Amino acid sequence: MGEILRPGAKAPDFDAPVTPDQKLALSEFRGRRVILAFYPADWSPVCGDQMSLYNLVLPEFRKYGAELLGISADGAWCHQAYAKANQLHFPLIADFHPKGEIARSYGAYRDSDGVAERALFIVDESGHIAWSHLSPIAVNPGADGILDALERMPRLEAVNA
Amino acid sequence: MPELRFPITGQDHVIGSADAPVTLVEYGDYQCPHCQAAWPEVEAVLRRFGRNLRYAYRHFPIATVHPLAKPAAETAEFAGAHGLFWEMHSAIYANGHQLSGPTLAALASGLGLDVAALGDALERGSYAAKVDSDLLGGIRSGVNGTPCFFVNGRRHDGPYEAAALSAAIEAARTDAESRVVGIVSE
Repeated sequence: MGEILRPGAKAPDFDAPVTPDQKLALSEFRGRRVILAFYPADWSPVCGDQMSLYNLVLPEFRKYGAELLGISADGAWCHQAYAKANQLHFPLIADFHPKGEIARSYGAYRDSDGVAERALFIVDESGHIAWSHLSPIAVNPGADGILDALERMPRLEAVNA
Repeated sequence: MPELRFPITGQDHVIGSADAPVTLVEYGDYQCPHCQAAWPEVEAVLRRFGRNLRYAYRHFPIATVHPLAKPAAETAEFAGAHGLFWEMHSAIYANGHQLSGPTLAALASGLGLDVAALGDALERGSYAAKVDSDLLGGIRSGVNGTPCFFVNGRRHDGPYEAAALSAAIEAARTDAESRVVGIVSE
């Protein structure tokens, strides 16, 4: 495993497809908090599936004022089918062309396998990384680490006041 | 390693005594095939350890993937309110391959429960808060899929077969006993 970006680093911007005809840039979230969940691939076995778990936790993430973006090197059509099958209610970024470029910029690309690492980042309202975590690729990291980190951050209203 | 943050309370469905040296907590989803396969394994573990094991089951329905998981969990809670939680729990897992609204109603009827009252409870979401609270607690404790087991508070990342669960329970028991010896000898 390489070194993923650590807290304090500026979160590299990206502007990439979320559907076959729509793109999304990280900079659009400035002023808000964003969870970036890099994962190896769509369609991993369902019961232990990280994105389905996060889909379930989405209301909790939002209670802390955080949006969630899933990112893998799958294409937009693949993401669309996967999101529909699992009723995912958050965007999946296609880090497909050039393949893995976003993951690479976060230090979260596995060149040997051609997939993203299972890496988590919280980007704060100023566009900096507030927390990051790299999980072994076979281990779904769960959501407890993200929620703990969000809980430790100053309240967003206080920051914006 | 993630740890269970919410100890067993009176709200939990528990088999065994609080004096047992080892506590096994499971987070499960009634529509998950792995949880369905895990239940007979848990039963084998319960038979093996007897009074040396306390077991609690909590709900973790991944509703978008398993649309019947939450109604099933609420049905188990409804049965629990009538003193029949484990009967319903076993019945749902035994019928996991054919889970449906009518199946849940038939299971309730088979246990002598009022099917109309069950329908009403499901419609009103009378037991939804209990199920949600289990789920949320599980998320905070690091549940990352189902079934998810905690042995004396530590997440068990190994397989759910009886042999693997038993080995984890034995290890926790040895650990608990050595601590007791340590306290006594100090």
